[in-house]
Amino acid sequence: MDDVQIKVENLNFYYGKFQCLKNINMTIYKNRVTAIIGPSGCGKSTFIRLFNRMNDLIPGARAEGAIYLDEENILSSTTDVVELRRKVGMVFQKPNPFPKSIFRNISYGLEIHNIKDKKHIENKVVSSLKSAALWEEVKDRLSDNALTLSGGQQQRLCIARCLAVEPEVILFDEPCASLDPISTNKIEELITELKKNYTIIIVTHNMQQAARVSDYTAFLYLGELVEYETTEKIFTVPSNPKTEEYLSGKFG
Amino acid sequence: MKIKKADLYEKIGFTILFLSILTTLIFLVTILYFITVRGIKIISWEFLTQQPRSGMTEGGIAPAIVGTLYLTLGAILFAVPIGVGCAIYINEYYPKNIIVNLLRISINNLAGVPSIVFGLFGLAVFVKFFKFGVSILSGSLTLGILILPSIISASQEALMAIPFSLREASLALGATRWQTIRKIILPAGLPGILTGVILSIGRAAGETAPILFTAAAFYVKGYPKSIFSEVMALPYHIYGLMTEGVYPEKQTQIAYGCALILMFLVLTISAIAIYFRQKQRRGYYG
Repeated sequence: MDDVQIKVENLNFYYGKFQCLKNINMTIYKNRVTAIIGPSGCGKSTFIRLFNRMNDLIPGARAEGAIYLDEENILSSTTDVVELRRKVGMVFQKPNPFPKSIFRNISYGLEIHNIKDKKHIENKVVSSLKSAALWEEVKDRLSDNALTLSGGQQQRLCIARCLAVEPEVILFDEPCASLDPISTNKIEELITELKKNYTIIIVTHNMQQAARVSDYTAFLYLGELVEYETTEKIFTVPSNPKTEEYLSGKFG
Repeated sequence: MKIKKADLYEKIGFTILFLSILTTLIFLVTILYFITVRGIKIISWEFLTQQPRSGMTEGGIAPAIVGTLYLTLGAILFAVPIGVGCAIYINEYYPKNIIVNLLRISINNLAGVPSIVFGLFGLAVFVKFFKFGVSILSGSLTLGILILPSIISASQEALMAIPFSLREASLALGATRWQTIRKIILPAGLPGILTGVILSIGRAAGETAPILFTAAAFYVKGYPKSIFSEVMALPYHIYGLMTEGVYPEKQTQIAYGCALILMFLVLTISAIAIYFRQKQRRGYYG
């Protein structure tokens, strides 16, 4: 049995009067990749953005229920959101590096957490780039602007940036949506590698991707968690007919 | 037949559009030509560096140049921190708030207030109420208020042009909103903010009405000694030369010299602004 990292209990989420997520209960396991799949507008992105409270930025958004990370309900109003976001990193749909040098993109996360030791920062930049499988491609051009990198490289830089602040959990919100197949492949390999040290939650539109990278898969439909199982089981013998229809491409 | 008619309309349409741009160009070129031809004769090293002599009919305009520089600098020192701060607050902290929306509308209205009204306001508030007198300080503050709206809206546009995803990226790393603004948003918006500031410098340097009652004097002996001194300024100097005095011919010539210098200053400043804007456009998102 896998260790528990996160527990979601009776989670409801609203944008104003519209209920976007309905009574979700699920457990996310440590050092495993959990994929969240479902058709557009089913609430996948909204759901994943609750784990680092990114929905706080949206006026009129409101969550009920609880998400427990390390015994603490992170939806509570007393949660230190800054500390939470250090523990739960995020990689976005479109690569969003800062318009700064490659080096500064990664050192930024350390700076804002008051790490000043230059040697330590340098080591961390190198090790993060290595972990994100980008080091070999950029080691001679760390002072170049990050926007000169290709889309796939930018996305791996965003992963490296996230790794530098040493999170426990990494959220991937459709990380390959804007990438070509080769870059996609690299990111997938990277995710498989990263799960040794991190707990990973990934939202994806691509069912093959979910099948390839994840250990557990959750199928969301119209804000409800229809089925949550090991990836192997859900892709071979889904218990809910809706899941089977979606996986066989009948809708979505 | 029908197609030919459409062709004809298109020709007429484009001709009208071409004529409008031609008209604009003609005016622009004429102004530049006129001022340059009339003003260039008097421009000399002496004209730029000497005090006026013989009742403004001889000598140079150095104190007016210096005065304009002081007033402009003062206005910028006052208006830039407040304007940029205001834009950040409106854009980054409470973009959806009703009060802030009202504030935004008021700021836009402030931009439409005639400059002479700012002049009267400056006289009533800075000169009289705060007892700063007719001085560089009063003039700078009045000019500062005048350019405040344009600095705010230019800064706001610069901030709005920064993709939301950069803010998300920073916050998702555990940065506070203040860290995000200081280290990500402001550096990324700087070229745009700078463009607004530079255009405002041009505006502040060229305005006459706001300094009419608050700072300017037709003639002051020597250079200003403190921020409480009255000063000469280029736009006001032109006004004075053309409306007062007893040697209209000589004075007119000097006035055109002043106009040429003022135009040169403002155009140079605008050129710098255009350079920055281009750089920003090419920079991050091109």
